[in-house]
Amino acid sequence: MIEIELDGKKVDIVEGSMIMHAADKAGTYIPHFCYHKKLSIAANCRMCLVDVEKMPKPMPACATPVTQGMIVRTKSDKAIKAQQSVMEFLLINHPLDCPICDQGGECQLQDLAVGYGGSSSRYEEDKRVVAVKDVGPLISMQEMSRCIHCTRCVRFGQEVAGVMELGMSHRGEHAEIETFVGQSVDSELSGNMIDICPVGALTSKPFRYSARTWELSRRKSVSPHDSTGANLVVQVKNNKVMRVVPFENEAVNECWIADRDRFSYEALNSDERLTSPMIKQGGVWQSVDWQTALEYVANSLTKIKADHGAGSLGALVSPHSTLEELMLAGALMRGLGSHNIDHRLRHAEFVPAEGVRHLGLPIAALSDLQRVLVVGSSLRKDHPLFAQRIRQAVRKGAQVSVLTEQRQDWAMPLAHTLLQASSHWTQSLADVAAAVAAEKGIAPPAPGRVSEPARAIAKSLLGGERKAILLGNAAAHHGKAASLLALANWIGTETGASVGYLTEAANTVGAQYACALPGPGGLNAAQMLAGGLKAVLLLNLEPELDTAAGAASAAALAQASMVVTLSPFKANMAFSDVLLPIAPFTETSGTFVNAEGRVQGFHAVVKPLGETRPAWKVLRVLANLLGLPGFAFESSQDVLRQVAELANPQTTHVSAALLSNATSAAIDLTPAAQAPVVAGIYALDGLVRRAASLQLTADARAMPMAEPEVTA
Amino acid sequence: MSAEQILAQFQATGVQTCFHDRHINPQIYAGLNGSNWRLADYQARGGYAALRKILGQDGGEGLTQDQVIATVKESALRGRGGAGFPSGLKWSFMPRQFPGQKYLVCNSDEGEPGTCKDRDILQFNPHIVIEGMIIAAYAMGITVGYNYIHGEIFKSYERFEEALDEARAAGLLGDNILGSSFSFQLHAAHGFGAYICGEETALLESLEGKKGQPRFKPPFPASFGLYGKPTTINNTETFAAVPWIIRNGGAAYLACGKPNNGGTKIFSVSGDVEMPGNYEVPMGTPFAKLLEIAGGVRRGRQLKAVIPGGSSSPVLPGAIMMDLTMDYDAIAKAGSMLGSGAVIVLDDSRCMVKSLQRLSYFYMHESCGQCTPCREGTGWLSRMVDRIETGHGRPSDMDLLNSVADNIQGRTICALGDAAAMPVRAMIKHYRHEFEYHVAHKTCMVPAYV
Repeated sequence: MIEIELDGKKVDIVEGSMIMHAADKAGTYIPHFCYHKKLSIAANCRMCLVDVEKMPKPMPACATPVTQGMIVRTKSDKAIKAQQSVMEFLLINHPLDCPICDQGGECQLQDLAVGYGGSSSRYEEDKRVVAVKDVGPLISMQEMSRCIHCTRCVRFGQEVAGVMELGMSHRGEHAEIETFVGQSVDSELSGNMIDICPVGALTSKPFRYSARTWELSRRKSVSPHDSTGANLVVQVKNNKVMRVVPFENEAVNECWIADRDRFSYEALNSDERLTSPMIKQGGVWQSVDWQTALEYVANSLTKIKADHGAGSLGALVSPHSTLEELMLAGALMRGLGSHNIDHRLRHAEFVPAEGVRHLGLPIAALSDLQRVLVVGSSLRKDHPLFAQRIRQAVRKGAQVSVLTEQRQDWAMPLAHTLLQASSHWTQSLADVAAAVAAEKGIAPPAPGRVSEPARAIAKSLLGGERKAILLGNAAAHHGKAASLLALANWIGTETGASVGYLTEAANTVGAQYACALPGPGGLNAAQMLAGGLKAVLLLNLEPELDTAAGAASAAALAQASMVVTLSPFKANMAFSDVLLPIAPFTETSGTFVNAEGRVQGFHAVVKPLGETRPAWKVLRVLANLLGLPGFAFESSQDVLRQVAELANPQTTHVSAALLSNATSAAIDLTPAAQAPVVAGIYALDGLVRRAASLQLTADARAMPMAEPEVTA
Repeated sequence: MSAEQILAQFQATGVQTCFHDRHINPQIYAGLNGSNWRLADYQARGGYAALRKILGQDGGEGLTQDQVIATVKESALRGRGGAGFPSGLKWSFMPRQFPGQKYLVCNSDEGEPGTCKDRDILQFNPHIVIEGMIIAAYAMGITVGYNYIHGEIFKSYERFEEALDEARAAGLLGDNILGSSFSFQLHAAHGFGAYICGEETALLESLEGKKGQPRFKPPFPASFGLYGKPTTINNTETFAAVPWIIRNGGAAYLACGKPNNGGTKIFSVSGDVEMPGNYEVPMGTPFAKLLEIAGGVRRGRQLKAVIPGGSSSPVLPGAIMMDLTMDYDAIAKAGSMLGSGAVIVLDDSRCMVKSLQRLSYFYMHESCGQCTPCREGTGWLSRMVDRIETGHGRPSDMDLLNSVADNIQGRTICALGDAAAMPVRAMIKHYRHEFEYHVAHKTCMVPAYV
């Protein structure tokens, strides 16, 4: 630690820090544009020039390392004059038309111009005009004349997204931020560039000119897509979600969110929203009131149960549903006497887990790993923010090895790649285990051939300190998932690596925790989707797109006497008998448990659309109509209070004792019969599938989802 | 047209290259005639004797690394690229014990308007640079070097590559130089003509294959240079001075200049003189003498002003210049800089507004665009001077020019901002009346050149 004097205040700061860090620590604001705490230092905007004693020139606070006893003045005449002159330069070519700029009101340049700008301009020459660019459906570069060349977007691409899609071409006054000739910005994290752009050069294409920042209410929420549980600020105007931006949480998403988290809100306002309950009678859909719909469902369930037994009832629930919804769906089925409930929609193998499967380490620890083996994951597309953290680890020297079917661009250097058809992943992992065994001179857990890549991966895992084996969605959904886990656990034990599942959805961990799993003798998802059930409850899913059975599930479900779909959208209309409009994450309170077991509750940010109701209320009323006891909940929090540890508002994580990736399954090296079913990045759930702009991205176009049959 | 024909054409107009007999005690340009650039010729002139001396192959004991650096320190050799930093001191900054690769870089990105000394060294005496670099590499324990050559002197680049081949074939370069345990690989690289790539950190970026933009310093190249490794960068002429220093000793080199300004310096004299060209003279030679050997002011006109060290150095009125000696300290004391030694002479027919217009345009055109004051300010300056020159100036413009130049200077990442600001301030300081005349009369104060 060294001590410096900043504006007369003593500040202790770690050696190697910059003056800007010391100012942050002291709570002193130094104006800046190009500096961003998560990006490398560029020192190009020159706004943060400060007065350092014994230095003849003003020095940039962001790039000047502190030295013992340094005396810094951020508000001396010399500093203020330097900052004012830089502001003048920034403004001479910047359009001074804030009232018609989309960034107006939330613009760093506008804010600082108030503090450091003149009241009139001394510049009377012509202003620079920069050509507009089209870089895809998410980011608007219509107003590049506003760019101040801070290069935050460029550095974000290079350092965080891992792909340099934007760069500064040309020189001097002609310098422009643009993509390589005619290319678009396709990173799955691209939306963050909109946030970090300090001016109105990069703006959100879907949001542009639809609202002013000061008209928006800001409400915290949690992303319902992947298992990161990214913290969001949902911005609302007139009871409508207008925009989603990150809420900074260093332990979860830092200050980033994936494009999926940011732009999926478009689906909330889509025409496909279901706004009143509907019943199909004689092949014709009719809107009905809730009373009618729920009584119809209750009566039908009672009758089917009486005719065919409780075992003919089943519920398929989405792991994107809230903890409360999953708990109530489970309680409802069990109340009816059925053990047929499952959230493992895309799984191929259903060996009972010995605990709640989870990431196996804190999310934040991903950034500091030294050795990683990723099995069966398109990490960038399945978990963009986990990929981002591992990318940071790689920047610090971590070695990432992968077992995968296809060579993909991971936007980070990979140490070793083991390419293998998914059917033979168990053998490949057994090869790695054999290589570990050979290195350590112990017996391998299963017969394996020590191939060159296997040996390289084994050696990599045996080195380093902080290490993890991460099983991706394809490994979780694999036909030999239990064997993969058993092998991973063996390798983990022998190399000292933690073993975990990336876990697919926002509440995959929560669904296990809420026991949205078949009880004794109950049917699993694949069995339910194979047909045979008489009454099926579909909570928040479209079986054709959300399950391993895919299109075949429609025919099987069509055989049932009654299919009830609870969805925010007009979905499953071909085979459903009842549609109940339930609230998406923005219209209900709820809780998600992310991959690391972090419990994150959220409130509704807008009122439910039309006759839409929160699913927990729907399930509660349905249970009441069925005469089931123990459903007298007044709020979603009430639902959680059933679980002792969740009743405590201080609880941030589910009990570690429940979390476990252990398995005693025997290792079976016979090839899997089918390839694992994994959703594309923009086909993960009903919301992203209906987000218009996301569907226009290169990623969505590269992986078109099967069109469900829509009969309305 | 062949290079020789172009040369002949230039010479016919009075433009001199480096091979003429008006140098004073030349060291680098000594004995050159335009065709004796090959290894054999260079060795006949005493070339590579310095290398043999430090390696102990001339019958002596050889020189240690410390002895070489001490000799260069004693010589008071100062960086010839423009900043005039003591070379021996720079060499001593190289962390010789650093484990891992270290680099030596020669800055031949000679882009300063008015400067053409390095071009002639590379073209007509390339081995002197190679020898100088090998000696520097030996002194600092460096095994890999690059010579980054300006993109617009492609012939010189090709010439240098040929010279490298000769040196390698003769065992003077590469593994185990002259059978010793010292190895040094030297490569040539050429830029694409951007002025900014002459700034040492922009040069490193360009050499790494990136866009040529200066880096913020600190860290300095001595600790974080090419590919992030310790790197020493010197100008071509600096390296070219080294063999003579080693052969004749630091004291002898110092003695041919003046205290703190050792040795000879090449001045590229251009503008309104009878015989523009490269002149190698001892440091401290009076400007009047330099002007005289360059043939005096063209057509017998009066000397009006001199830009003494390349286009970025502040202009000095002729009367002041005539009393100065050409060395770092004297020129600095007069308020300008010796810079790269490009002496631009202006006679009494030159309009200073027009001159500044050309200079300001250059800096606008060559700004890399990375940092705000330079990117925005150079264009602003250029447009204002343009306006005054074309008769649209305002009385307030001179103060505004000064103020904008003030706001650029000292606030940029590299010295290009300063280089753009200094000529403006000096022009207005010494020739404000011409600018005022332009604003008032919408025409030049001086008659057009006849």
